[in-house]
Amino acid sequence: MAEMVLREAVAKALREALEDDRVFIMGEDIGAYGGAYAVTRGFLDEYGPERIMDTPISESVIVGAGVGSALAGLKPIVELMTINFSLVAIDQIVNHAAKLRYMSDGQFTVPLVIRTVTGGGGQLAATHSQSFENWYASVPGLKVVVPATPSDALGLFRTAMKDDNPILFAEHSLLYGTRGDVPDDWYEIPFGKADIKREGDDVTIVAYSRMTHVALQAAAMLEEKGRAAEVVDLRTLRPWDKDTVLQSVRKTNRIIVVEETWKTGGFGGEIASAIQEEAFDDLDGPVARVGGIDVPAPYNGTLEAATIPTAERVIKALEDNYGI
Amino acid sequence: MESTLNKQQLAEFYRQMLLIRRFEEACGRLYMQGKIRGFLHLYIGEEAIAVGAIAALSPDDYVIGHYRDHGHAIAKGMDPKIAMAELCGKATGSSGGKGGSMHLFDSKRNFMGGHAIVGGQMPIAAGLALASKYRKEDRITLCFFGDGAVNQGEFHETLNLASVWKLPVLFLLENNLYGMGTHVDRSRAGGRHIYEAASAYDIPGVQVDGMDVLGVNECVSEAVKSIRKEGGPRFIEAMCYRYRGHSMADPTMYRERDEAQELGIKDPIDSLKNFMLQFEVADEGELAGIATAVEEEINEAVQFAEDSPAPEMNAMYTNVYA
Repeated sequence: MAEMVLREAVAKALREALEDDRVFIMGEDIGAYGGAYAVTRGFLDEYGPERIMDTPISESVIVGAGVGSALAGLKPIVELMTINFSLVAIDQIVNHAAKLRYMSDGQFTVPLVIRTVTGGGGQLAATHSQSFENWYASVPGLKVVVPATPSDALGLFRTAMKDDNPILFAEHSLLYGTRGDVPDDWYEIPFGKADIKREGDDVTIVAYSRMTHVALQAAAMLEEKGRAAEVVDLRTLRPWDKDTVLQSVRKTNRIIVVEETWKTGGFGGEIASAIQEEAFDDLDGPVARVGGIDVPAPYNGTLEAATIPTAERVIKALEDNYGI
Repeated sequence: MESTLNKQQLAEFYRQMLLIRRFEEACGRLYMQGKIRGFLHLYIGEEAIAVGAIAALSPDDYVIGHYRDHGHAIAKGMDPKIAMAELCGKATGSSGGKGGSMHLFDSKRNFMGGHAIVGGQMPIAAGLALASKYRKEDRITLCFFGDGAVNQGEFHETLNLASVWKLPVLFLLENNLYGMGTHVDRSRAGGRHIYEAASAYDIPGVQVDGMDVLGVNECVSEAVKSIRKEGGPRFIEAMCYRYRGHSMADPTMYRERDEAQELGIKDPIDSLKNFMLQFEVADEGELAGIATAVEEEINEAVQFAEDSPAPEMNAMYTNVYA
């Protein structure tokens, strides 16, 4: 085991990926600058400008050029500085990357990894603090990866590099400094396999990305109240691991979904719907949900913090919903 | 017109242009019969561009274009039978009936698609060219787009990146004067000399008569040669005229019936035919022989499409993911 932060785990994953000649990385300020979040610091010197390409600030052609070189048989990794900027490239992601295999009936594949940074909490205000993983998770043809820990990030990225589909790999900006143990031996984490981060019998907390840590915090608080919470980290949203969630709720009979994006239209609605369709009789009450408050992210730190789910809000929702 | 091409090459240009023309006419008929559905955009009038340009490439070169793609696909070598079956939504079509008119693909012939979001194919063209450069291959990408695409952000992003990175891509603008129903004079500053915009990105640009297959072929050949020698990109604006509406759903209320005449539009197929007769490259009998063979090929394509089975219901679920 080696301890490292999530930033180092992603950098390790990228270095492993670059062992394959078909792989190159392009994005805004990933080279000479070292990456806006310093993930690719030093890469330009190590691999040279032919494989570490600084692009203009042109998200659409960054993704589109990734799509084109993937069609031609390469395995590009493109970086979108944040998921907010992915909206400028959404035509290439949704209309092109996700569709070309289907529309060509398998004549072409798009083995493209789009790395991007998601989430709020950095006082960057409304245009720079969003989480759109759930939007992309609604698109057939895409896969969406949302790691919460360094070891998950590495294992999931290894899988991404072996997958021939377009993948959105969303790293939370506030998790880059998160520490964790990473196994020394080679391992991979399949997509669509949730991880039970903590076992418990009384209530299931489903989360992904940074909210996994909020869920764990809430679980620790519940323990003090004598309740054992099970924390299920989805790790990928498309595909998502319905079976593990259903198994857990059949054991605990209570469930709450926590996500950072707005509750309206959030992925939690999808999970709640699946649970009531398939495990309705196992529930002691309605599926509880905690999501971002339905407002654009305010700049002021106190206001912003109040929009993002916290462990306290999770506890409160469980009290309101299940009386526990 | 003048040419350094031999008789065989000229006859092949004639055959291909006629093949596309007859293919499109057959599509129009099948659409009226309800056998082709959805959007159908005919390439009639613009055949000289696809034929003249693609003839200047080698089979390894990539071609990518927009939704008016039948002509590009056929000129790149796609079997008209497979294309027609796709338009009819049949299992034997190039995409098994899942792509339709606007999304033809032929991976074996490096035809990288028909793309139906205006301008959306341009970033992908840059990527194809980037792959060739990355692998140090002598392979270029020919990217077709229309005058509507030049007002999209993706056009500008792509030209800039292609120029900064010296990507081996030839941008070939088919300026048929209309983006759907809006004339370039109402939608584009300098809409009849868009090639000049390329200079803003340090890309050499020229304009050519897109109704003249020999002129197109010569112009594209020069650009291709210069890309292979010095790297890219290059930009060509081919001025042309779309005989039919934007799609079959378009009654062309926005333009005068005799506009083509006023503009002095010369039909590209008639022009080549007259040239070949005038210089005795071929006689009427030979050209009629080509026309008969083309008609037979199109009849066979229609028959094949009509006789082909519909896709299995399960096809709906295949190839969403690799």
